Amino acid sequence: MEKNSRRSFMKTLGASIGVAGVAAGSGLLQSCARVESNTGDKIKLLTSSGELVEVDKAQLKPADMPSLAENQKRGRAGIPGKSWVMVIDLSKCRNARECMKACQNHHQLRPEQHHINVLQMQDAEHTAPYYMPKPCQHCDNPPCTKVCPVNATFKRDDGIVLIDNERCIGCRFCIAACPYSARVFNWFEPRDAEKYAGVTYNIEANVPQKKGTISKCLFSADRLRDGKLPSCVSACPNGVYWFGDRNEDAVTNGTTKETVSFSELIKKNAAYTLMEELGTKPRVYYLPPKDRAFPFQGEIENQHKS
Amino acid sequence: MNKIESPAESRKLRDKILADLTRSITKKDELTRFWFFLLIMFFIVGLWGWIIQFRTGLGVTGMRDYVSWGMYIANFVFFVAVSLIGFLISSALTLLKISWSKPISRVAEQVAIAAVALAGVIIIMDMGRPDRFLNVFLHGRFASPIIWDVTVVTTYLAISVLLFYLPLIPDLALMRDHMADKLPKWKIKLYTIMALGWKGNLEQYKIIYHSMRILMLLIIPVGLSIHTVTSWLFAATLRSGWDTTILGPYFVAGAFVAGTAAVIIVMFIYRVRYKLKDYFEDLHFDYMGKLLVFVCLVYLYFNINEYLVPGYKMKLGEGIHLRELFVGNYSVMFWFVQLTGLVLPIVLLLFRFFRKPFPIMVISFVVLIASWLKRYIIVIPTLEHPFLPVQNVPDHFKHYSPTSTEIMITLFSFVSAMLIITILAKLFPVITIWEYAEEKGIDKKYFSEKP
Repeated sequence: MEKNSRRSFMKTLGASIGVAGVAAGSGLLQSCARVESNTGDKIKLLTSSGELVEVDKAQLKPADMPSLAENQKRGRAGIPGKSWVMVIDLSKCRNARECMKACQNHHQLRPEQHHINVLQMQDAEHTAPYYMPKPCQHCDNPPCTKVCPVNATFKRDDGIVLIDNERCIGCRFCIAACPYSARVFNWFEPRDAEKYAGVTYNIEANVPQKKGTISKCLFSADRLRDGKLPSCVSACPNGVYWFGDRNEDAVTNGTTKETVSFSELIKKNAAYTLMEELGTKPRVYYLPPKDRAFPFQGEIENQHKS
Repeated sequence: MNKIESPAESRKLRDKILADLTRSITKKDELTRFWFFLLIMFFIVGLWGWIIQFRTGLGVTGMRDYVSWGMYIANFVFFVAVSLIGFLISSALTLLKISWSKPISRVAEQVAIAAVALAGVIIIMDMGRPDRFLNVFLHGRFASPIIWDVTVVTTYLAISVLLFYLPLIPDLALMRDHMADKLPKWKIKLYTIMALGWKGNLEQYKIIYHSMRILMLLIIPVGLSIHTVTSWLFAATLRSGWDTTILGPYFVAGAFVAGTAAVIIVMFIYRVRYKLKDYFEDLHFDYMGKLLVFVCLVYLYFNINEYLVPGYKMKLGEGIHLRELFVGNYSVMFWFVQLTGLVLPIVLLLFRFFRKPFPIMVISFVVLIASWLKRYIIVIPTLEHPFLPVQNVPDHFKHYSPTSTEIMITLFSFVSAMLIITILAKLFPVITIWEYAEEKGIDKKYFSEKP
């Protein structure tokens, strides 16, 4: 990491990774959303990892959480100058599912709701099976945003396809339009709805989730704004994920923190995108599952396409 | 058209026609009350179901993240389809100067209004956040086919209501003037208001003719659009089974089948219930039967294209979808729809016997059921087979089956449509009286006579 972290962006990323999990640091508290305030000394707070903590009021500094309108505005604009990409190295995935766990925690999802889903794949009859983590592909020609009747899902300048669940009417046209099955719906009250009642909506994490609206992977846009890697990328124990900025031509590995040239990485490893024939132009690149670090275990639960 | 010269004869015939065609309004018996009771009961049950759904979330249905459109959307497509008959009968046939369909045009408009109104309601019931419906207008994005659909469905409803209302005005005046002693006061008052002070001079008729003609022309693009745009809700996606260019005309052709069947059933009920044998004659059923054969043949042609061409190639995604329809989970439904709901009616209706009122009503009933199932197998099997495997979700995510709440709410739409048709029949004549009387040779001046 030392070798490659000359760029300022990567420095911020590295520095913030150590902070995760610490509950009492004032830096973290600043990024907390206020849940409810009593006239007493204790106050309940929601940490960015989705935990509810109770702390003394005297410890608090005023939070710089923007208002809903401000949050929605900057959430629609995106992070200036960036063009986010993800590279998923299929040869490293052993189905640990730490990415799925971290994601569900971050975005307050029910166990059956996946922003990222590790699929067991087999491309053709006699080919080798492999594990394939599948987040939203953040297409540059997104079929989902095209069909949204109210502009509740949209493409930002930094490449992220986001959702405003304060506006979504729940028609589910975007689910029908998405060929990657990347979108989920809140069919019931979301997980821990009572706990998060009254928390100001954060469009860049799409939390709290809302009944009757859509949710999906958003590259942890809130964490990106704080200079952190997406939840799934940071959580992976096996070095599957690379994440970074195409404008800078740099991607960082979530496990090893190594930063490399994006274009070289995808060139050297013959990266591909999912179903490129559909013309969706995904921003998620896959490195083929050759020389796999871990053998495929278990049954193929559901054959490709059947 | 033979002109009847004698005034006495004209008046006699006019009064007979008036009495016959207002029987639906004057007739009051136990059966009517029971019918209303039945409809209103199911209506309330459906509303209750919707309240449950609104409170708990769309999770009370069988829909989940993969099959995210279910029976509601299939039902929506069905209702849009049925509504298209208004355009076919009261506009297309009239503009083609086909005169036998004239007495049927009001029935067609009743069906069209009820169906398209309910289509709108169903779409709201399918929304995850019906409370945010206004967002469609506040934040509408014109690139979305849903916005096109909302636009054309509301326009179609408006034009259909006008096509129903304009030719009704002289009838309303006629009832206002002649039926004061036979009907309750509030009805006469309603007719008086709705008749807009109609006097019945030729100038007024001219206005009606002109505006009708404009509406008939206007409804052509709108009518074609509603079902084409509805098909684009599917065709605009990349999914196997929906990703086809034929879907627009395919849906329009299918719509005529469903609508014709629905109108035949309503005609038959009116004929029996309101003793209108001389108005909905055997001849009308015969012609409607031929029309049904014709639209079925067109639809069959599209079906062959829709299934044979991809079936010949069996591309991966299409292949899985088609196998599911031909021999898989949906094969019973599929073959019922194709054979019993399409091929068999074509064959049977070629014989004169089956175009008689009762047999054709039965056939139409089967066709209508098949039309509904057809929408079901257009919407659901495609969603059960996305491009990527369905994994790491509970089993009920993988296959769709509607829940009782969902069925209750779907029944609500049928009941509401029937309620609308019944109310329209109970308030207004089911055939345009003045048009019919004129056809029989009565001069217009006898319509505006006060008793």
